[in-house]
Amino acid sequence: MSYIPHTDAETRQMLRAIGVDSIDDLFEAVPAAHRFPGLDLPAPMSEMDVAAEMLAISEANDHAGDFAVFRGAGAYHHFIPSVVNHMLLRGEFYTAYTPYQPEISQGTLQATYEYQSMMCALTGMDAANASHYDGATSLAEAVTVALEAGRRKRKKIILSHAINPQYREVVRAYHLGRDIRIIGDRGRGEVVDLMEMLDDNTAMLAVQYPNYFGQIDDFSRLAEAVHASGALLVFVANPIALSLFKSPGELGADIVVGEGQPLGIPLGYGGPYLGYFAIRQKYVRRIAGRIIGETVDADGRPAFVMTLRPREQDIKRERASSNICTNQGLMALAASIYLALMGKNGLRQVGELNYHKAQYAADQIDRLDGYSVDRSKPFFNEFVVACPRPVAEINDELLAEGIIGGVDLGEHYFHLQDHMLVCVTETNSKAEIDRLAEILGGLN
Amino acid sequence: MQNAAATNGAGASQPKKLEPLIYDLGAPGRIGVNLPDCDVPKTALPADLLRADLALPEVGEVQVVRHFVKLSKLNYSIDQGLYPLGSCTMKYNPKINEDAARLPGFAQLHPLTDGDGAQGALFLMHELQTWLGEISGFEAVSLSPAAGAQGEFAGILMIRQYHIDRGEGQRDIILVPNSAHGTNPATVTMAGMSVRELPADAQGNVDLAALRDVCAGDLRDRIAGMMITVPSTLGLFEATILDVVEAVHDAGGLMYMDGANMNALMGAVKPGQLGFDVMHYNLHKTFSTPHGGGGPGSGAVGVTAALAPYLPGPVVAVIEEENEQEPPLYGLVMPEKSIGRLKAFQGNFGMHLRAYAYIRVYGDAGIRDVTRYAVLNANYLRARLMATYKVPYPRYCGHEFVLEGHFDDAEDVHALDISKRLMDYGFHPPTNYFPLIMPEALLIEPTETEVKEDLDAFVAAMERIAEEARSEPETLLNAPHTAPVRRLDEVKAVKELVLCCAPALPIGARD
Repeated sequence: MSYIPHTDAETRQMLRAIGVDSIDDLFEAVPAAHRFPGLDLPAPMSEMDVAAEMLAISEANDHAGDFAVFRGAGAYHHFIPSVVNHMLLRGEFYTAYTPYQPEISQGTLQATYEYQSMMCALTGMDAANASHYDGATSLAEAVTVALEAGRRKRKKIILSHAINPQYREVVRAYHLGRDIRIIGDRGRGEVVDLMEMLDDNTAMLAVQYPNYFGQIDDFSRLAEAVHASGALLVFVANPIALSLFKSPGELGADIVVGEGQPLGIPLGYGGPYLGYFAIRQKYVRRIAGRIIGETVDADGRPAFVMTLRPREQDIKRERASSNICTNQGLMALAASIYLALMGKNGLRQVGELNYHKAQYAADQIDRLDGYSVDRSKPFFNEFVVACPRPVAEINDELLAEGIIGGVDLGEHYFHLQDHMLVCVTETNSKAEIDRLAEILGGLN
Repeated sequence: MQNAAATNGAGASQPKKLEPLIYDLGAPGRIGVNLPDCDVPKTALPADLLRADLALPEVGEVQVVRHFVKLSKLNYSIDQGLYPLGSCTMKYNPKINEDAARLPGFAQLHPLTDGDGAQGALFLMHELQTWLGEISGFEAVSLSPAAGAQGEFAGILMIRQYHIDRGEGQRDIILVPNSAHGTNPATVTMAGMSVRELPADAQGNVDLAALRDVCAGDLRDRIAGMMITVPSTLGLFEATILDVVEAVHDAGGLMYMDGANMNALMGAVKPGQLGFDVMHYNLHKTFSTPHGGGGPGSGAVGVTAALAPYLPGPVVAVIEEENEQEPPLYGLVMPEKSIGRLKAFQGNFGMHLRAYAYIRVYGDAGIRDVTRYAVLNANYLRARLMATYKVPYPRYCGHEFVLEGHFDDAEDVHALDISKRLMDYGFHPPTNYFPLIMPEALLIEPTETEVKEDLDAFVAAMERIAEEARSEPETLLNAPHTAPVRRLDEVKAVKELVLCCAPALPIGARD
């Protein structure tokens, strides 16, 4: 019986110990009319057959194992060292529960503490939590922190239109039941335009770094303006970009959130990913989700434990600011292993590879007839290309040549019809980039 | 290193960390990966935008492997033994599911792949939606919520929106029994609604008289719905569940079922047939996707036809029906009146595919057996432990049960001490101090995958501990004795709040 180990003899012994004749007798409290309904499910299958079926289903997908991928827009195809997967497959990690019993969970606790520390280093913040579900929900949780920090009197949230459109949708759904205003992202406002919207009713202003279009905006006066209005400045940042560029902490951010997927987590059709969340010390008690802290045991031995527990839903119940319970523990572990392997030297190298390859790809495409790359701002590993034909048509042609092209920006931005968001990472070879340019050149 | 004073500052005689921090390993210039050279001409980096320093570790690959292997050995896990953590359904996580998740066609599939290129993934999600609907008796399912708590949030937002669309936006109260998981009341608040707590009766059921009073009282027109866990967090099937559903429906409210305990219900009863309007599933509990040391979870939601248009999106639908030449074409769609998107992309797909493989292995008969044997194991442990421990509520339990972790003739010993002592006997403790309505609760959930020998060994350990509580209480009060560390100073952790050991940032970067 698959994963149920009971023999008939054992089942009989157990029933005798309970004092019933059959297992079904244990269900007497279920209303008789509804007890043991029919179940219309497929027949059981052997492990061998399931393995074959899963392989067949998986191969019905166009994946990065078979195609060259130039698509990012919030999910990135990066190289993942083998060590990451081998460590994640240790049952001691992946078949453990949340570390509520610290004496027998020091592995998870210390690895998470190290994750928090490395995220602080990357973002330039003082504290990080053990993770949220993904980058989008991390941003939604940042809104809650900002509303609380504004004592619920400040009701305006300013979002840049250059934040991932899906993230903005998530923020709106999360706060459907709250009396707040979310503005700033309907037009094409630049950072200076967002600054104009600040007032004493503003709880927070959020920007993306690099922005959804891969570009680095000018933030030189932003922090000062946001803080002068009494609001919080939130950065949504790509952690690989932070290997090269100034940390959001240096740029004056109060909260830094984002998608941790680029840190050793596969594309996986969108999840499970990793919402990282880092914050300045003065707001640390407003953070939602699990946080690991250092302490000592009864012998004085340094060890780790979940801390600031009274903020959480299982204790604070209806007065908790978030209902988050399960986070993305294993994904935080993946990021921890990835960051340890890459370290100070490797992560910078990955960042530089992304930068150089993206600039090279942009150069190749920009010189093609009918195409032009938006070079109005510096960009990291993504850039916007104005195309001579609808993006969907171009992508069909690319797919036939074994290439997954960039995202069609016209789907979310009316002014960007026939504009493609191209992503280039360290996984894209020069030959792939040249081939992309060659095919695009033939499609003008 | 800046953290040294804060963490290892104690004198030389003080015990050391079990394993050094990653920041305390390594040497300047060391690296743990072998990256390719740059094969394109380099472009000048924009100097004024660059950071000066990156305070990450500098360790080699072998060091990293050993570090994380050593850390892993400090954990207890299902792969090591019984993990009877009530309300968490710590069942065996099949290894084949991990292999399936790592197939390149799943692991390397970009979430924004055009529909035609993701037909395998979409087919799988569509099947899983259908199966989950069938198991629970619901019309429609969305797989998009990332965890149980998000499933709850989706459910309450749907209820809220449903009332608003019917011109009954004044309905802002959700009834919640006092035995509920903390996520229930927290969810209600997050959705901008109010909680009205309901008491339990002596049998551990919702106090039906109290419920009827509320439903008939001043608040009648403000009742939006009720959230309830079935079986209850005491592991008991509410004998009066049909009356509860009727009372709330009569008042105009909708019924939300917290599906945390679905392992007691599969093939035994369909919540949709009991009159529930919406529920969430915890794929990481009932459907064996691993808990991962605290996530990822996956919290699909199932609903009646009336609520289907409100489901969080996207959901998978058949866009073009199959014909003689072609299979059906699947696509991602946003339901007509969707409450929106609760996470980027389409849910935790990696969990969906594991749940798919799990249901596929068991099939129609096996899924019912999961529940039957989960309930058998729980009742067996309950029957065996009744001789030694006080077991309230004289009824057969579902997939879990509570016992009292306290003895009248061993007053100093509490549920926590029993839990900690279990570690010395090689077991993970049960859930303690939950549900809140029962003092000294030990909530025990063995799951169906546990072999009888291990259940018997657990009983023997519990019996031994009950003796120790009388004969040598100090042994319990100071437990655990054989775990990697002893009890921790949680007050110090909160007071000193050491959350990060990264070296100090450049001057000017902090407040």
